Amino acid sequence: MWALFLLLFLPLFALPLLVVLGASFATHWSGVLPSGPTTAHYASATRGEALQALTTSLVTAVTASLIALAAGTWAALAAAELRKRHRKALDALFVLPLAVPSVVVGLATLVAFSQPPMLLNGTRWIVIIAHTVLVTAFAHQSVSAALTRLDPAYEQAAASLGASPAYVLWRVRLPLLLPSLTAAAGLCFALSMGELSATMMLYPPDWTPLPVLIYAATDRGALFTGSAVAAVLMAATLLVLLGVSRIRTRASYR
Amino acid sequence: MSGGGIRFDHVSVAYDGNTVLDALDLTVEPGEVMALLGPSGSGKTTALRAVAGFVRPASGRVFLGERDVTGLPPHRRGIGMVVQQYALFPHLRVEENVAFGLRARRVPRAETRDRVAEALDMTGMGAYARRHPRELSGGQQQRVAIARALAIRPGVLLLDEPLSALDAQLRSGMLAELARLHRELPDVSILYVTHDQVEALTLADRIAVMDQARLQACGTPQQLYRAPDNAFTASFVGNANLLPVTVRTDGALLGETELKLDTQGAAPGATATLCLRPHLVGLGDGPGPNRLTGTVGEIQWRGATHRLYVDVDVAGHRVMADVRELRDPPAHGDEVTLHFAPDDAVLLPAGVGAGEERR
Repeated sequence: MWALFLLLFLPLFALPLLVVLGASFATHWSGVLPSGPTTAHYASATRGEALQALTTSLVTAVTASLIALAAGTWAALAAAELRKRHRKALDALFVLPLAVPSVVVGLATLVAFSQPPMLLNGTRWIVIIAHTVLVTAFAHQSVSAALTRLDPAYEQAAASLGASPAYVLWRVRLPLLLPSLTAAAGLCFALSMGELSATMMLYPPDWTPLPVLIYAATDRGALFTGSAVAAVLMAATLLVLLGVSRIRTRASYR
Repeated sequence: MSGGGIRFDHVSVAYDGNTVLDALDLTVEPGEVMALLGPSGSGKTTALRAVAGFVRPASGRVFLGERDVTGLPPHRRGIGMVVQQYALFPHLRVEENVAFGLRARRVPRAETRDRVAEALDMTGMGAYARRHPRELSGGQQQRVAIARALAIRPGVLLLDEPLSALDAQLRSGMLAELARLHRELPDVSILYVTHDQVEALTLADRIAVMDQARLQACGTPQQLYRAPDNAFTASFVGNANLLPVTVRTDGALLGETELKLDTQGAAPGATATLCLRPHLVGLGDGPGPNRLTGTVGEIQWRGATHRLYVDVDVAGHRVMADVRELRDPPAHGDEVTLHFAPDDAVLLPAGVGAGEERR
């Protein structure tokens, strides 16, 4: 098992990431291995513009994930009350943003929010909205899957004890869904942190997320700086995901 | 709280045009333990769920005491319920599980604390208040589920196969516990759904026998056991030999054998089913007039008793006899005589042999 895992994991997942990591410490890379090492790129990747972009990405991702989680969960809970056919239609509707290229979602968001009374063009909110639209699909999917697995015996036991549907939702169903909710939140967060194509169409100059910065850096040939910024992005995402998974461990009861 | 028993008034339930409960009329008196006994698919659980409010009757009314609860949602009914898989809330501690119903009803904090302690003491789980359900054994989870249902002081307690997830030894212990709980709470009506006749006979004041969505018989365990109304009831409440006979003026004819028994007014010449409890059949000639001869088809030693399956002369019929452990049991193929007292045989109407066909 381990051998198979390494065989698949190393070339597919680890190698590209290791190259980025190697490049971030390099002065130049003309042979098989990069030359260096230097931490000069990291110095510029954790300062000024880059630091600003990291904050922008974190705020965008956290806000978009929280909105997506609330909207996706709410929709999944509402859908669970519907007939099967309507529920399927609603599920499909939520997955739709994933089926089109995210550039299209970006463009659509731009068109939709460029006219009064919904004039959000040029503000940070248009970026956050686009990210929310893109990641809600994942939140909705994972929560509705968890809902169908939830044993109705818990709700019924709670109802027989005199708990109103709202009380059952807050005290029984949502706590039992917590592991799935945190998993969904982590997924949404990671997706939003790496989102580029829709963001490119929308970001205002004072709200530049990190992926845009990386793209700009590599575009003008600053590959090593771009790699360092990418490594910072990965590290920040990883840290947040580890934090989320700690909550999840505490929340899984069985 | 809302004491006063349960009444089913012509309650029918159907799923997708399938009738799963057919015009049930049944009254559970205040403080009575009623067992709903039947095989799976007989409608017994559906009847219980109609009381709890989880299924809506297609027709008929459900009353709790004088209150018509047919249209009420489950959380307004004020019933306690314990289900087979317990359904303890895994994210809450034992005490929080027991307090759940009280908090949902906004019972004051101090009273909640007292009532939780009382319910846990009553079920012997006081020492486990701080544990999570996953840290308890099956039997302990069962006790917590009962404590949780009792904490709201329901007038009616619904138990849906509460012991079927426990092993045999725990089960008989919990049966005694349930009987003790009922003695301590004499005003609570209990509707107890089970497919296990021992549970029903042990615990119930009355048993309602269900089969194929219908109520087949209802009476005290003694009535149903000694004088069942039909073959299904006879075979489901205790074991029974069911033999086809022809009614005579002062007895019945089983194949060629004349038997003396009380015909209870059945018309001579009619066909009927003879119900004989295996433990009332003796080995040997016996003092009375009724004898059956046959060959031993099978013999099982069960510790305190021997169970004999005897092929009697009548085509294809086996008579089961439970006799006290024999020093010198007959062997397979031996010719034996069985006897029974005229008072121990019950004549049932023929044709209601649904239970017989099933075996």
